[in-house]
Amino acid sequence: MSVDSTILNISQGDNIWDANKFRENLEINISKVGERETNLDLINVDTSIANALRRIMISEVPSVAAEYIYILNNTSVIQDEVIAQRIGLIPLKVDPDRLTWLNNDLPEDEKFTDENTIVLSLNVKCTRNLDAPKDCTDPSILYHNAHIYARDLKFEPQGKQEETFADSPVVSADPDILIAKLRPGQEISLRAHCILGIGADHAKFSPVCTASYRLMPKIIITEKIKGESAKRFQKCFPPGVIDINENDEAYVKDARKDTMTREVLRHEEFQDKVKLDRVRNHFIFNIETVGAMSAEEIFLKSVKILKNKAEYLKNSPISQ
Amino acid sequence: MSSAEMKPNEVQEDTVIEEVDVEMESTVDEDKIKILPQATSEDGTCASFQIMDEDHTLGNALRYIIMKNPEVEFCGYSIPHPSENLLNLRIQTYGSTTAVEALQKGLGDLMDMCDVVEEKFTQRIKEL
Repeated sequence: MSVDSTILNISQGDNIWDANKFRENLEINISKVGERETNLDLINVDTSIANALRRIMISEVPSVAAEYIYILNNTSVIQDEVIAQRIGLIPLKVDPDRLTWLNNDLPEDEKFTDENTIVLSLNVKCTRNLDAPKDCTDPSILYHNAHIYARDLKFEPQGKQEETFADSPVVSADPDILIAKLRPGQEISLRAHCILGIGADHAKFSPVCTASYRLMPKIIITEKIKGESAKRFQKCFPPGVIDINENDEAYVKDARKDTMTREVLRHEEFQDKVKLDRVRNHFIFNIETVGAMSAEEIFLKSVKILKNKAEYLKNSPISQ
Repeated sequence: MSSAEMKPNEVQEDTVIEEVDVEMESTVDEDKIKILPQATSEDGTCASFQIMDEDHTLGNALRYIIMKNPEVEFCGYSIPHPSENLLNLRIQTYGSTTAVEALQKGLGDLMDMCDVVEEKFTQRIKEL
């Protein structure tokens, strides 16, 4: 072993991978659980792992979206392909585990089954509202079906879906998304086949609106800041970050609330009294779901997918 | 039960097992990973691999975990071109292990790490 390598080994020190040590050090705190948004802290992991999980949540956790749109009639002013695109982007409340993957090797007429496809239909026709008051100018009163929303998409259970989806019929996660505006005489009639996909293929398959992390802020006060100065110091940070104790000294109360504005650094009086840093192994994840799955489920799936990736590669033979 | 009745049953079972075997073989992905001979030393302590259909997600995580192996001198990855879905991985060891072994250990360690994260996370969910 060369001299360099021994030095490297020493510098690696307790950096050697040890599952038990990792288990001891790893900390996960779920700080906020909402219907759509979840906040969680992942502490004592490396950036590469946190980033892998974030990337997987955005682009590799499967979800269901409309992929094939069959337009039977469209006399609206919006082109077929534009309507198809808009319907594809509508988030659907479907548990992705209930569907299987589409087999693209099969011919078109055998590809879609009740196990891998959900059929939605949209049949709307705009007509005049004869009861509307004479001086009215509001199209939603003047006409029936002037505005077509995501809630107008009707779920059409196929085969055994009648039973399997009985407890949770497929609806849009956001029913008030506007698809099109019509005028009397115009109509849209279409069928949408919704399948499983991943965000890497198309953003409509991404189960999250955003999945991001930031590092835990660290504010180090190197010199005591007292009195009026402390009050000005407090004002440099978002509310709740800095507090003043009984000795009239500023102290860091909750660094997590800090947004990393560099406001303090603009003030001459705080020069060399404060250092702004980040905790490099403390990740604050913010996961906002599209509505089909909970954020916790998405995070858990991302961990499983990362493991599957490693397992798949491990089981693949290395060819020359 | 007579032996005559048993026979067809056994035969049936055998054929079922064979079918499963055939299916398993066909699912093994031969093209997933290959070793690049021009960048590999004869004793196998240094090697470069080319992995299909992977990106920074696995590349960086794998690089990190392989570097944690004290027998590994260097591990790095690159994506040669953004429009090709390939990942190149380079491993150089100090000589006490081969690059292939280091890669296998890295993948195993990464799986263990995922297990720990999953276990901790499910535990936290239960506590909510």
